[in-house]
Amino acid sequence: MPAAVKAPASLRRLFDEIGTVDHVGIEERVVKYTTRSIKKKSKVFGLRLAVSMVDLTTLEGKDTPGKVASLCQKALTPHDTGGIPSTAAVCVYPAMVKHAKKHVAGTKVKVASVATAFPSGQAPLKTRLAEVRAAVNDGADEIDMVINRGAFLSGEFGLMQDEIAAVVEACGVARLKVILEVSELETYHNIRAASFLAMRVIRPNDFIKTSTGKTSSNATLGNNQVMLEAIRDHFLATGVPIAMKPAGGIRTAKQALHFLIAVKETLGDEWLNNRRYRFGASALLNDLVRQLEKERTGAYQAPWNFSEATEGY
Amino acid sequence: MSRLHITKTPKCYVGGAFIRSESGRVTELNDASGAFFANIPQCTRKDLRNAVEAAAKAGPGWAKRSAFNRGQILYRLTEMMEARGVELADSITLSGVSKAEASREVAAAIERVVHYAGWTDKYEQVLGSVNPVASAHFNFTVTEPMGIVGILAPDDAPVLGLLSLILPAITTGNSVVALASTMQPYPSILLGEMLATSDLPGGVVNLLTGVRSELIPTFATHEHLRALSGVANAEERKALRLGAAESVKRVHLRKAEEPIDWFADKMQGAEEIRALVEFKTTWHPVGG
Repeated sequence: MPAAVKAPASLRRLFDEIGTVDHVGIEERVVKYTTRSIKKKSKVFGLRLAVSMVDLTTLEGKDTPGKVASLCQKALTPHDTGGIPSTAAVCVYPAMVKHAKKHVAGTKVKVASVATAFPSGQAPLKTRLAEVRAAVNDGADEIDMVINRGAFLSGEFGLMQDEIAAVVEACGVARLKVILEVSELETYHNIRAASFLAMRVIRPNDFIKTSTGKTSSNATLGNNQVMLEAIRDHFLATGVPIAMKPAGGIRTAKQALHFLIAVKETLGDEWLNNRRYRFGASALLNDLVRQLEKERTGAYQAPWNFSEATEGY
Repeated sequence: MSRLHITKTPKCYVGGAFIRSESGRVTELNDASGAFFANIPQCTRKDLRNAVEAAAKAGPGWAKRSAFNRGQILYRLTEMMEARGVELADSITLSGVSKAEASREVAAAIERVVHYAGWTDKYEQVLGSVNPVASAHFNFTVTEPMGIVGILAPDDAPVLGLLSLILPAITTGNSVVALASTMQPYPSILLGEMLATSDLPGGVVNLLTGVRSELIPTFATHEHLRALSGVANAEERKALRLGAAESVKRVHLRKAEEPIDWFADKMQGAEEIRALVEFKTTWHPVGG
């Protein structure tokens, strides 16, 4: 466990409490998830469930109200045939929340907004909190915040947790998703530590989330598994259920099914719904719909039967 | 000292890589004397789907190449075939045809590739047109590749027949997923190895081996295939046409019941190319 030995004293004390991660064990475990045979009825069930868990996301400098409008239509009606469910939410920048809200108000689709100087989080706390309040005022149902990675890596856990707590307060009734940005945490040990620090200050059914999707590496089965096990251990110790959202890099229906298998086998059926598990994705939705149409019609589908991925709008 | 006998695992050329079927299934292939020769992959509809994905990835880049460059690459294929011509002819003799007959087929196949290598920068002048119209418009018709073409090779002429179907499709920038002869699959394995070293981008030509009856329903219904070209019997033609009608794809089939002379000049040329292109007509206003 060399990573933990080199770690600051505060991190070592935390590991004494929560335990560290068996890196090799995790890698071995997640490879098994890709070997399950999911066919026919169970495949359709999994694909429909995955659709209902998507936070359909557009986070680009070139976003416009028009692009957000089509994203919302896509979220409400992913496809014109087959009775495919709507997605869980649309995820946009704070400036786009009021445009998104117009289109999904009164439906099951929520508006999620990244806030707190996404994706770096490098802005004064006051600014970050103001951004959260503005998004909530504009109608955001869910807020995706980034943690202060600098504070975490230098062992200032108090600072990191205080900031999360301040955002929790600023959220009001909106649900919070805490982005750990796993690619910047470097080790599975750190991911577990950050998960626990976040889970201790957020409310039941708030989320922890893997990544922003803006860095080189994103959600993988490995870091998803580390976080799911952290949620499980936290739940067994305290009885507080925390939700989970992997984001970035999940592009195919097959990948999504692998992630769902991980949820099923780690946390059980209680987490197999869009209140406890989400996918942060854009291209994924089209592939899910494509595979569902294949199951419905029996014919392999061409990409032009589905709208372009949201990046293409 | 006797050497270890090295046997070959034939693999299909898909997406620029050599694959075995995802199913792991194989068909035993015997040589002309009835002795075991090799295990040929028995590809499934999932292998076909993967091949279509590979063709979809490679197609746009291939179509964007200059016509001249496509010709160069096809010509390069003849160089690869020429170097391994004897091996290719030997693979044809597995079915029992004479060495002379097999060599004749390989020679004709190489010439056919040269033929289409010449066509790449010429078919547009022959098939396209400037059309007279009764208004102040410049009206012209140009060709575009259709996309991914499914190919069903005949049982005989495992090299010449297969290439005669593939070449007119890729000449114009289409990409191809082809099912090789079920009776004589091994030459297509060798052809894949030659394609792999011919500068042709991986995925432009994908060669599957397997059982026709298992794969034809998927060829028929796969929406991403834009056209079907090949040789089929009456029952297969019906299935292919029904599926093609549903997914709106073009069907260009020859009858398996009638003998086909693959060596004939009429089996190559502009008409074969025309069968697998889309025509686009543009009206451009001129003058004031």
